[in-house]
Amino acid sequence: MSKVLVYSEVQGDTVKSVALEILGKLAGQEVDVAVVGDLPEAGVKALAENGAANIHKLTGTGLEQYSPEGYSKALKSLIDKGGYDYVMAGATSAGKDLMPRLAGMLDAGMASEVTNFTMDGGTFAGTRPLFAGKVMAKVEIAGPKPHFVTVRPNALGMPESATAGAGNVSEESVDVGEIRAAIKEIIKGASEKVDLTEANIIISGGRAMKDAANFKILEECADVIGASVGASRAAVDSGFAAHSMQVGQTGKTVAPSLYIACGISGAIQHLAGMRTSKVIVAINTDPDAPIFTKADYGIVGDLFKIVPILTEEFKKIM
Amino acid sequence: MNIFVCVKQVPDTETKVTPNGDGTFIETSSIKWIMNPYDEFAVEQALLLKAAAAGSTVTVVRVGSLQDTEALRTAMAMGADEAILVESEDNLDSYMIAKAIKGGIEKSGKTPDIIFTGKQAIDDDCLQVPQLVAQMLDMPSVSVVVGFEHNDGKVSLKREIEGGAVEVYDVTAPVLVACNKGLNTPRYASLPGIMKAKRKPLQQLSLGDVGVSADDRRVKYSNFQLPPEKPPGKKFDAMDEANQASVVAEVVGLLRNEAKVI
Repeated sequence: MSKVLVYSEVQGDTVKSVALEILGKLAGQEVDVAVVGDLPEAGVKALAENGAANIHKLTGTGLEQYSPEGYSKALKSLIDKGGYDYVMAGATSAGKDLMPRLAGMLDAGMASEVTNFTMDGGTFAGTRPLFAGKVMAKVEIAGPKPHFVTVRPNALGMPESATAGAGNVSEESVDVGEIRAAIKEIIKGASEKVDLTEANIIISGGRAMKDAANFKILEECADVIGASVGASRAAVDSGFAAHSMQVGQTGKTVAPSLYIACGISGAIQHLAGMRTSKVIVAINTDPDAPIFTKADYGIVGDLFKIVPILTEEFKKIM
Repeated sequence: MNIFVCVKQVPDTETKVTPNGDGTFIETSSIKWIMNPYDEFAVEQALLLKAAAAGSTVTVVRVGSLQDTEALRTAMAMGADEAILVESEDNLDSYMIAKAIKGGIEKSGKTPDIIFTGKQAIDDDCLQVPQLVAQMLDMPSVSVVVGFEHNDGKVSLKREIEGGAVEVYDVTAPVLVACNKGLNTPRYASLPGIMKAKRKPLQQLSLGDVGVSADDRRVKYSNFQLPPEKPPGKKFDAMDEANQASVVAEVVGLLRNEAKVI
């Protein structure tokens, strides 16, 4: 059995679900959770129900908002006391930025963005795609402990059954000292929807969308099923969609339960970003488009005809 | 101003990648190598900064094999002044690469004011080296940067986060900046640039020169294999308006009852 610290991000009145996915995989280990700042009661409950023994809330001057230096120093102060074998976090915007910095502070190794892992005998062994998902490999960590792991959101899935932990909450005040790179302001994005990397359902448009205004039909469908809207590089480079919406090798890597590709041919560059989606639906007028080789359900047809019908069908069952 | 850019050489997106015979890495012999696409934004930003700050030099650093030096030649052809190559195998882990970059920068004899990197390399997608290099050199870092303004050692950076939102950071150099698509439009190397690049200084170092050994390995990969083939999916023809409604209804039914994702 190993002692594991899971870093969890707070979102709204609870925690990001990737923390719960990780907890589910850690059943049988001794697991603590760290959050920075306050954690609402619903978050405490979710973490405890999924196996958290101790929940550490880290607070102090300079931790009011995210910074790689401030957050990594705060977590290090906890790790220094805890004797952890592993530190795990979701491969989110903050997780991907923060964990390598923290690993560097401790001269420790890190496995990035694993899509699955085991803890046989308390030892981590992960699986992850490499080279644009063209190959998969086993990943193991050596050297000084704790070892660090980030996990791709949605890849593990929510645990089907949970073993509850004690969920003892403690608040620790930490002095993180000077922060050289601090946030001055946050400019809100255009989309209020869940970020693509954490979305459970994504509907994406490609070059065949023809115009930025046409993404409205994807937005309408997305609203019905609670999806986020993505785009292919062709659509982004043509100016139809913002780069923050790009799914693919030079965009975001996503692993939703359902990915609906509309008017996307399925270039390698796009497949690299979405091939670990659980179920893929493709809508394209070209019956030979490569996307159909990856699709669970393919509809050969005009997206401008099909998507509105799809939206109406979803309305009937949602 | 001493500007450094870290570049990595990665397989071209379109290149076929297969596991090697014993599954310990990939087959590298027939790969077409390119500069990591995100590193192009880093090189471009370094050159823009050099143009704005008189007396600056741009030094490009790469850790990797000698079999092809595409990434370094491209960076110098674009306009970087000099290059450092730390020669190694192509399968080092992030920790070893970061330590080698740190050693290479130290060997240059220059103290970095700003280090540019890509936000990630598209071969292993680890997103570790920028933060590790910054930590090892005790510098602040900002990643996923889509906006860069510099004024007399003060840097204002925009970092893209979830949902297209942007965090604005004010930092005093030295700082490491990990660049994302959208930051700038990388220039193409001109023909005179390519000719000139051949005469630019390239310092070649070994891993031993920069203090990296096999003991520094932290992450071990094994069992390289092709991803499991998906069984062929169900494909429906809905080009004809007459059957569009029934096809869509059937697919929605399958999503609900068979795939159970809706």
